[in-house]
Formats: sequence, C-alpha cells, structure tokens
Amino acid sequence: MRNVLPILTVVAVILGLWVMAVVPMNIHLAVDQAQRDGVVVTPETPAARQDVGALALAARNTGVIPATYTLDRPRLPGPQQVVAELWKTTVGTRVTSKQSLVYHGWVTLSATLLGFAIGTGLGIALAVGIVFFRTMDLSVMPWAIASQTIPILALAPMIIVIMGSLGIQGLLPKAIISAYLSFFPVVVGMVKGLRSPDAMQVDLLRTYHANAAQGFWKLRLPASMPYLFASLKIGISAALVGAIVGELPTGARAGFGARMLVGDQYGQPLVTWAALFAAAITAAVLVGLFSALERVSLKRMGMAR
Amino acid sequence: MMALAAVMLVWGAGWVINLMLARRGQGTAGWAAPLVFGLTLLLIWEVGVRLGNVSPIILPPPSAIAVTFADSLPTLWADFAQTILKGALTGYVCGALAAFVVAVLVDRSDFLTRGILPVGAFMAALPIVGTAPIFVKWLGSDWPSKAAVVGVMVFFPILVNTVAGLRDTTQMQRDLMRTYGAGYWPSLLKLRVPAALPFVFNGLKIATTLALIGAIVAEFFGSPTVGMGFRISTSVGQLALDLVWAEIVVAALAGSAFYGAMALIERRLTFWHPSQRR
Repeated sequence: MRNVLPILTVVAVILGLWVMAVVPMNIHLAVDQAQRDGVVVTPETPAARQDVGALALAARNTGVIPATYTLDRPRLPGPQQVVAELWKTTVGTRVTSKQSLVYHGWVTLSATLLGFAIGTGLGIALAVGIVFFRTMDLSVMPWAIASQTIPILALAPMIIVIMGSLGIQGLLPKAIISAYLSFFPVVVGMVKGLRSPDAMQVDLLRTYHANAAQGFWKLRLPASMPYLFASLKIGISAALVGAIVGELPTGARAGFGARMLVGDQYGQPLVTWAALFAAAITAAVLVGLFSALERVSLKRMGMAR
Repeated sequence: MMALAAVMLVWGAGWVINLMLARRGQGTAGWAAPLVFGLTLLLIWEVGVRLGNVSPIILPPPSAIAVTFADSLPTLWADFAQTILKGALTGYVCGALAAFVVAVLVDRSDFLTRGILPVGAFMAALPIVGTAPIFVKWLGSDWPSKAAVVGVMVFFPILVNTVAGLRDTTQMQRDLMRTYGAGYWPSLLKLRVPAALPFVFNGLKIATTLALIGAIVAEFFGSPTVGMGFRISTSVGQLALDLVWAEIVVAALAGSAFYGAMALIERRLTFWHPSQRR
C-alpha cells in the first residue's frame, strides 16, 4: 500500500508529458484547420508554416492551442480523446457490431487463451521429460534456451500461410503463434522449478523409500509452483503479443491487430490508439489475474513470501 | 507410408546416438548431443518433405533453403543492414542509454524508485509492438521509425533491471563507502554501478530479442523496398517461402550473435559474480 502514492506520481508525470506533447505534435494540423475555418493565423501560407518550429507556431497562434486537443485526425490524440474512443467502442457500441472493441478483443483473446493453453501444456510436459530423462536434457534443453534468442515472431506470416494452404484458417494459426511464444518461458521456468528441491529434501524422500513418481507429485511439482507462476505471467503476455502480431501481416479482419492496421491504413489514428490501449488493458488484466491466482495458491500451499 | 517409415528410421537413429552419448558422460555429450538432435530434426525435415511429396510452396526442404540462402546473399545482406544494423541496433543503443540515464536520475529519490519499479514492470509486459503504426506515421517508413519502436520496446526491461540493480547493495557495503568518505559520485561509480551490472546485463540480454522483433514487425506497417520484415511479408505474398526461410535463418543467426555478444561482454565485466565463476 505504501507504493500507491509513488506509482500515482509516476503515472501522473507520464500523463503530464503526454498532455504537453499534444500541442507541439498537433499544432501544424490545428493551424491548417483553423485557417480553413476562417481564423486569421500567422504565418499565412502553409508553406511558410512548414518552416516554423512547432513551439514557435504555437506561441504565435495561442488562440488555436485548445483546438489541438479536439482534432478528428490528430498526430497525437489527447488522453481524453483516447478514453472517449475507448468508451464509445466498448460501452457505447453493441457487442456484436464490427465497430465494437469487445468483439475484436474477444477474437484476439480467444486465440491468446487457446494458444496459451496449448503452449503451457506442451511446455510442462517437455519440462517433465527433460527433468526425468538425461538424454532429453542434453539434446533438447540447449535448443530451448537458444530459441529464446531468436525473433520467433518473424515466423508469424509464414505459419499463417502454411496453415492457410492446408485449409486451416481463423483461430488456430494465431493460437499456434501464441503457443510457440508462451511455450519456451514455461519450459525453462518449469525445468528450473522441478530441479529446485535441494539435495537434503531429495535425500529425505529417499529415506522414506519414495519412488520417482511419489518424488514428483509430493516434492518436485509443489516446489516448482513459484517458478511456474512466474513463467505463466511471462507466457500470457507473450501469447497476447503473438496473437496480435499474428493478425498484422495477414489481412485479418477482426482482432486488436486488425483494428490497429485499419486505423493505420484509413487514417483514423483514434482507432489505432483505442485498439492499442485496449490491448494494453487486456494484457494488464490477464497478468493481474495470474498474479492474484499466484498469491492465493502460494498462500494456501504455505509458500507465500 | 514410405516417408513415414524413413522419418521414424532417422528419428530412431538420432535417438540411439544420443542415448549412447548421454551414457558416455559429461565431456563430449555437452556439445554433441544438441548437435545430433538438431541434425536429426533437419534430416527428418528433408526426408519427410522429399519422400512425402510435400509441395515446396508449403514447406521447402532445408537443402533448397540453403541454396536460396547462398544465391541471394546480396539481398539478404542489404536487408540485414537495413533492419538489424540501422533499425534494431540504433534503437537498442538509444533505448538502453535513455534507460540508464533515467535509472540513475530516478535512483536519487527513494519515492520515485518505488513508483517506477511497478510501473516499468507493467509497461514491460504490454504489447508495445503495437505502437509501430504510430511511429511509422510520425517518422516515415525508413529506419528511424523502426529504431524508435525498438527504443521504446527495450527501454522498460532495461530500466526496471537497472533500477533494481542500483538498489542491490547491502547496508554494510554502503557504510564502508561512507567510512572512506566517498560522496555520491564515487560510491555510484565504484560500488553501485558495478553491483548493478548483473541486473543490467539481464535486461540487456532480454532486450536483444525484443530489438529484433520490434525492427522486423515494424516493417510490416510500411518500409522502403528493403528490409527483413518487408522481404518476409512480400515473399509470403509471392509464395517464395524458401526466401522467407532464408530470412528467418538470418534473423536466427543475428539474434544468437547479438545475444552471444552481450553474454560475452557480461562475462568480461562481471567476472566476479557467482553466476560467472567456473
């Protein structure tokens, strides 16, 4: 709780910088618009204005400054415009409408969750294999680590094309990109976690004459939980990024990525910004959900710090 | 049927070799086993595609990718220079420097530090790649917009790690510096920055992959007619998948080399840290 005030301060500073940046970013557009509406501005020709710096132009046309916050197609929208657009496209629109961010959010979220489930399941299975079979550890683990250094997202357009030519479209190709991105953090985290019990604990189980399965269920798996949750939080945000990027280069018609692309191509910056913030809020909610789950389950397991 | 049998045969052979390697113990198995595993996968891919009559439009065999790679070296090099050298590296250096400066400034105030750690960690988890269309609109389609996306993407992980690292000194160490009469700058340069280095390099290593992803994905939103992201998206459209795979090989090599370079510098600079001792 004692962190609330500092966090609010930092957020306020960021918002303040944003609000201040709106004026110089939009002033040229705003002055052009004002001239078209018949307001007298200095300098008078657009060409002359191009040579004037943003701050100087704002200083000479102080009357136009409020207009920089209300442009239809701003270079940088004001925070209140983004909030208004978010409100309009979530609460103000029917969920079934193609304009609704709830609809687009669900398209992206469903791919994210499906991919996350696949990636996490396979990741845990591979981690168990790596911990119990030395051959797998030696041959697969270096690749799992090396794959972290490779920009996997470059594969996204190709996965969509390959699966499209096999007749698979829609949810699954995006989910596979999400699965791929959330897979490796889980493998690496779980291997670390399953190996986290120290020699004393393993020896104790041996004196109890526990077999490998009992050692797994009673010691290794519970001990790996903190590592698993840390990986899940990385994995779910990676899965969301994967789903969004999976929508970008493929001409998807629905989803956050598609909204960003539409806003970009049809010159509607507010649509792009709203989709961006909606994606950020979704990521925050997902990570927050796993943090809460982590706190509750670690507390019940007696591992809360 | 025959393709399946051949694939199983290759898989089995690779597995047996690795089983033998694993039995023989530490020395050679450490580097040979992953090598054999990788080669087995490549062989399975090659054999499966050739015997299974998979269309090269869906999945080209590795040999075809290698041929394309060798044939289009000039193109690949131009794309590499545009995307990695200009876009990713410029953005990475700018983002990292900005993160250091902000971290050192913020570190002077405990209040700000407590605020910036959670906010930065939160921002690092957001899909910042999505800002790419906005930056392309602001800075044009050439490499500066890619560098900007990369800069923002790498900023937060490096910032959070640096701020956390600068706090990672014990009371005893700080007291010792005080008994030496060291002021703010000497204790920063001689104690806190060196103590922060392992954290900083953790952030720098995470950021290498982010930098490449940012530079490549930003090109999907608009780029000159050169660059890895541009090549990937246009070649997918032309169904020239062998060229796409060649670009992915370049991306993988660049990513590994970038990460490896950071790990090497880390080893030289933080040789005293327990994780680096051999």
